[in-house]
Amino acid sequence: MNDSASSLIAGGLRSVSRPRAASPLSNALVFGWRAALKFKHVPEQLFDLVMTPLMFTLLFTFVFGGALAGSPREYLQYFLPGILVQTVCFNAVYSGMGLSTDLGKGLFDRFRSLPIWSLAPFAGLVVGDILRHLIAGTIILTIGLILGYRPEAGMLGVIAAFLLLFAIGFGMGWIFIVLGLLIRTPMTVMTFGFTFLFPLVFASNLMVDPTTMPGWLQVVVDLNPISAMATAMRGLMAGTATLREVGIALMAPAALTLVLAPLTLWLYRRQ
Amino acid sequence: MNDYTRTNEIANSAGAQTSLAISARGLVKTFGKLRAVDGIDLDVPRGMIFAILGPNGAGKTTLMRMLATLATPDAGTASVMGHDLLREPHAVRGSIAMTGQFASLDEDLTGRENLLLLAMLWGFRGRDAKARADELLAAFDLSDAAGKQVKAYSGGMRRRLDIAASLIVTPGVLFLDEPTTGLDPNARQSVWGMIRGLADSGVTILLTTQYLEEADQLAARITVIDHGRKIAEGTSRELKSATGSGFLHVTIADPARVDAAADLLARHLGATVQRSAEGGSLSVMARTPSHANEIIAKLLAEGIDLADFAMGSPSLEEVFFALTGRTAERTKEEQ
Repeated sequence: MNDSASSLIAGGLRSVSRPRAASPLSNALVFGWRAALKFKHVPEQLFDLVMTPLMFTLLFTFVFGGALAGSPREYLQYFLPGILVQTVCFNAVYSGMGLSTDLGKGLFDRFRSLPIWSLAPFAGLVVGDILRHLIAGTIILTIGLILGYRPEAGMLGVIAAFLLLFAIGFGMGWIFIVLGLLIRTPMTVMTFGFTFLFPLVFASNLMVDPTTMPGWLQVVVDLNPISAMATAMRGLMAGTATLREVGIALMAPAALTLVLAPLTLWLYRRQ
Repeated sequence: MNDYTRTNEIANSAGAQTSLAISARGLVKTFGKLRAVDGIDLDVPRGMIFAILGPNGAGKTTLMRMLATLATPDAGTASVMGHDLLREPHAVRGSIAMTGQFASLDEDLTGRENLLLLAMLWGFRGRDAKARADELLAAFDLSDAAGKQVKAYSGGMRRRLDIAASLIVTPGVLFLDEPTTGLDPNARQSVWGMIRGLADSGVTILLTTQYLEEADQLAARITVIDHGRKIAEGTSRELKSATGSGFLHVTIADPARVDAAADLLARHLGATVQRSAEGGSLSVMARTPSHANEIIAKLLAEGIDLADFAMGSPSLEEVFFALTGRTAERTKEEQ
């Protein structure tokens, strides 16, 4: 047995020297390909991504919609752009869990010992996230359209809203990449993530107009960056968004990227 | 034996070029108060299988991770395949490969996709990447499972794929962190065969192990480390002769008589008696087989029945005991 194995390796395997190094972009695209393969092999992850926002959409629209906005249909018009924001925020948690899983298994040690652009694995995560946001967002929007949601700004408005959505997902993603780097148990990343996200999402104007909330809570809602994101999303899809609204909505994602991207790099290299 | 002479030849010829695959001086890595690696020097000639032997928590993995650029040393210098570890980490990465203790594979992807991914990261394009992946799958007897997700692989198959993944580009140095821990004897034999085959093709291999037998079977040179320090280095024969090979192992039939037996052994042989973790077995240095014979006769004369006895080479426990005066078990607890 020994001998057969030895001769196999020595005889059957050529010694191969290193080809010309691939560019950082090529490295990043390879990691993006890995993310895409995950959808092929683990399609059930889409179920997780879509079911929560779907349940929210259906329950809020039909159970609370009439009470909140006069009719389910009118409420949907208010709520749908917001639920898209919630969807990408929740998606980011799954991305952090995926990172935590990879790190726990030593897969990143292999990547880190390769002569590649050291941020390429994270670029791959970003590609995977955008795919996830696109797929989940499209499904939610389609269901919204079936239920009677109408984006008044048409196709261009929807595209603009989705671009903003990707930016939001990109910014929020850093929070969970950092958590994924710090916490080695994926379940803890999830618990942390949702404990943080639920109050953040609910104490915003994402689900309801804050005018009936107590004064102190209205202050919180106004300061909550999620409110700015939901407002800009609504505006873009309705064709009423101002540059200022979109700018404010982008402030939190930009700030998160500026602070957490270097932190991510530091945490990754420190290990 | 063959291995030993062959690798020695390579070592000598490499020596003529004054090139070591790895040369490290005074490496230190601390985690809080723990000095995981506490000033280790290491010289590994090119083309050699070199083993780092030690119990859990001795600092083996940390030492290897530093040499593979996965952890930054707090002090010390090292060069790997002629590249400075701290100043040229990227060049070091280009000339090494590491197979960690836990399979570093993507379980959701197939075996072929795992290899393709790495081949493309190394810079192979389209058809070349596919050809290299298929070649490795064939060489490691994984062609039939190539299209299956890795999560469906057995432990031995994972290990083979993991090692194949380290050979996309033939490395100057291959780091193997406990390559056979958790494998069944068959799979272990097959991994050993692969490691020998790789060494035959000129790859320098640095492996860590907790098993003396593994180091004995594979390595031309062995470094024993404990508490982050090097406590011995040499060929397997040198280490064993330093420890003594005349170890007597006895298992006492009646657990109640174990203390009496231990006393008797200590008195007659004047050596420290070690107990197995379960307590029923005793090991002691017996100098020669005739000493062992006498002592067994004495035990029987005292009415202490033996369930089993054997004369043999020292185990890792015993090498440790001889080198440090402590058992490996206790070393583990102290960590």
